[in-house]
Amino acid sequence: MSGPAGGRGPAVELAAGVRSGERRAIDALEDYLVAIAEGDDQIHAFNHVMAESARAAAAAVDEAVAAERDPGPLAGVPVALKDNLCTRGVPTTCSSRILDSWLPPYDATVVTRLRHAGAVIVGKTNLDEFAMGSSTENSAFGPTRNPRNLDRVPGGSSGGSAAAVAAGFAPLALGSDTGGSIRQPAALCGVVGAKPTYGLVSRYGLVAFASSLDQIGPFGATVGDAAALLDVISGHDHMDSTSLPSAPPSAAARLSDGVEGLRVGVVTELTAAEGIAAEVVARVRQAADALAAAGAKVEDVSVPAAVYGLSAYYLIAPAEASSNLARYDGVRYGLRVPGADITEMYGQTRAAGFGAEVKRRIMLGTYALSAGYYDAYYGQAQRVRTLIIRDFEAAYETFDVLLSATTPTTAFEIGAKTSDPLSMYLSDLCTIPSNLAGHPAITVPFGTGTDGMPIGVQVLAPALGETVMFQVAAAIEDAARAHEEAVR
Amino acid sequence: MSTEAPATDAPLSPDPSGWEMVIGLEVHCELRTATKLFCGCRNEFGSPANTNVCPVCLGLPGSLPVINQMAVEYAMRIGLALHCHVEPSIFHRKNYFYPDMPKDYQVSQYDQPINLDGWLDLPGGTRIGIERAHMEEDTGKTTHVGGGGRIHDAGYSLVDYNRAGVPLVEIVSRPDLRSSADARSYVDELRSVLVATGASDGKMEEGSLRVDANVSVRAAGSAELGTRCEIKNMNSLRSLGRAIEYEAARQIALLSDGGRVVQETRHWNEAEGTTRSMRSKEEAFDYRYFPEPDLVPLAPSASWVAAVAYALPPMPAERRARVAAATGLDGDSDSVVTVVRLDLDSFVMAAVDVGADGALAVRRLANEVAAHLDGARPLDPDAFCRLLLLESQGKLTTAQAREVLRRLLSQGGSDPAAVAAALGFEAMGAGDLGDAVDGVIAANPAEWARFAAGEDKLQGFFIGKVKAATAGKADLKAVSALLRERRA
Ligand SMILES: [Zn+2]
Repeated sequence: MSGPAGGRGPAVELAAGVRSGERRAIDALEDYLVAIAEGDDQIHAFNHVMAESARAAAAAVDEAVAAERDPGPLAGVPVALKDNLCTRGVPTTCSSRILDSWLPPYDATVVTRLRHAGAVIVGKTNLDEFAMGSSTENSAFGPTRNPRNLDRVPGGSSGGSAAAVAAGFAPLALGSDTGGSIRQPAALCGVVGAKPTYGLVSRYGLVAFASSLDQIGPFGATVGDAAALLDVISGHDHMDSTSLPSAPPSAAARLSDGVEGLRVGVVTELTAAEGIAAEVVARVRQAADALAAAGAKVEDVSVPAAVYGLSAYYLIAPAEASSNLARYDGVRYGLRVPGADITEMYGQTRAAGFGAEVKRRIMLGTYALSAGYYDAYYGQAQRVRTLIIRDFEAAYETFDVLLSATTPTTAFEIGAKTSDPLSMYLSDLCTIPSNLAGHPAITVPFGTGTDGMPIGVQVLAPALGETVMFQVAAAIEDAARAHEEAVR
Repeated sequence: MSTEAPATDAPLSPDPSGWEMVIGLEVHCELRTATKLFCGCRNEFGSPANTNVCPVCLGLPGSLPVINQMAVEYAMRIGLALHCHVEPSIFHRKNYFYPDMPKDYQVSQYDQPINLDGWLDLPGGTRIGIERAHMEEDTGKTTHVGGGGRIHDAGYSLVDYNRAGVPLVEIVSRPDLRSSADARSYVDELRSVLVATGASDGKMEEGSLRVDANVSVRAAGSAELGTRCEIKNMNSLRSLGRAIEYEAARQIALLSDGGRVVQETRHWNEAEGTTRSMRSKEEAFDYRYFPEPDLVPLAPSASWVAAVAYALPPMPAERRARVAAATGLDGDSDSVVTVVRLDLDSFVMAAVDVGADGALAVRRLANEVAAHLDGARPLDPDAFCRLLLLESQGKLTTAQAREVLRRLLSQGGSDPAAVAAALGFEAMGAGDLGDAVDGVIAANPAEWARFAAGEDKLQGFFIGKVKAATAGKADLKAVSALLRERRA
């Protein structure tokens, strides 16, 4: 595998080339399809490659250009979709046996927006079943491997999307992030991944894991690519009641504005904390120093309630999941295992259809919502959530953005944590607070660990602070490039 | 009383004296919105199975609910008509598995309903407290084929999701009802209120109104509530009354024998006329209620609430009072209650306006018109008023007027005089009638002598003779007046 951009120009350059008629969408697509055909046997980023419909979409873009119609801002750019985003008539499995053979009769809102923007949907990527996991090992169709080292996990749950971009199978991908499922795999695969403000991107057509935390977001090889993708999918959608009504902030507006005068806080609890590797902390410090050198005011800041994020998350997310996943009961679609009566059919279907991690979380969540326990668990977790929001808001009175580690370590080996769910859950320590707060966060690659695997630095921003968040992320990306060149 | 415990659930015939029934009713009312509660599917009774469905009301993966503003407005109308406070509210998920629920949870309001704490006055003045009137979605409809007609022994079951997601308001009364007659009167009055608000068509037979009853008994005079049972599956007012009577008798029999009532849900069997235990409190579902994360809180603005209150049409109690004032009748009398329930009070007011006899109008409407409403042509108010005038001016007899009214109802028409003429009706003038009476007296001298001597029962004999002699055209009231006049 070559570098993050796969030897090709970034998505925005491809779109510009296609729009101007210098490049043909179909040629670009064929290059990517060849890369997939040659490389995905080993990596298994995709559950389903949509070669034929992608060719038709690319041809339509080229026709539009030839006819001088506006082909859209992402004209001819192949985009991979996490396989929990509904695509009309195309399998949408959530990497679960229980959705075996289900074909959605509709497109997710983000899919519709991508099509209108001229993007070419290239396929559906692997994930931890129903987005529950941090390694993409909990897939009914087998794990995805990290393109940087095939013995390592790509992270998860959007491991297939992260790997697709890292391997050069697609310049852009969409994932979903409930507790870090975009940022953690992006960091482990050495690409950019962002979780937008809750409500900025419509969830209509995203198969729900934990509704109050789920948010769709972009993967790209560069900050600019991720910003371009986010700007296409963000904005109000009347099909999602939690979609924000206000005009969306532009992610790409100030990418080259630098960070002069911006106030940056390094979150103590999510950086120099127990379990976070020293080499990861060192990269966050280097990034902070680079921002300071570029004119930002950088200080340490405490967000005390952030340390309770993990515990609160593992009550709220399973509770909502236990309800969201009830509908997979064998009655209407997907897998059905017959039983003597309906109760037995429900039991057999769900026993055969769900994997171990999904079952574990359904049981956790069912328990947390049970009569007599609700207040001590779910209720208490929601109160913690309020505290986290309060502490972040306090920090944002002083700082424009916050900085932290994205993941405690670099990518671990396949199989290393599958028998120890708690240590797996700790992978999301630094990413979970943003989901609980509903705030945006982005990870940018910044050098590697001693094992040669990528390390990500996370930029956190207040609600709807995407513009400044991407602005700072771009500065970190520049610093990382300069750093790499210096090392070379 | 027998001292032996009953061998079955069937009650003996206990002595009801010394016992008091305590009844609270839960009435589910389907709202007559054009579309469903959370999607754009048509809300329509009687469509072919599974034709009014979409990803949202089928609960397909990835779909999300968006609240129907008209349903909110109807819910507020109902609340305001029942003198409730309209409150900021939220939706919860009520989790349980059943194939008629596409998501295996029902979206319903729980501890923060839209309408709280109102009342409904029954004709006669009894005030029944309304605890709440909250919004929720309806389920689909299951038909069990083969076996005992229940899901666990059916050969197979068919589900129609047309009703899934239809908006409901559940109106929960306080336990203020003391008899089955009270309960029926409450449902009758409530139905009338619901229809008046425009929110419901009030059709119990189509299931747009469904009633569950919480029934307990206690020693008369006691202030404590007994253990209650919830009775389900009553499909008409008649079965509601029967079920309550049966259940109260069952409980009295139990308690009279030193037994105790177990809190449980019981199923009314219309054919057997009995209730049967469905599940006890211990077996009750743990619904694991939690706030629905896919919806935002509902907070109708004060101006919206005020506008809905202002636009509410007059409610039945007010309309009965108007009829009473216009006619001199008792507003709580059966005939006035009937006229208002059947939405016929505008005819009374029209009649009074043109100087016709309002009390006569009420009588005709509560009797002839009420009895012939099914399949009737729309009654022309002007024709109705002119018919009343013809009758009170003596141009038609009571019998003739009734016949003309039946013709107007069955065949339509706007000219009662023409209808009367076509039927050959014309009331006899006073002179002709006097001649006829005198003729009959002359022909029956012996009978006349006895009548003149005070044998009043012969009045009927003479009336019959005059009726025969005039071929039914005589106004019988005028005939008896003439007979008494001749005798004096
Ligand atoms: Zn629908």
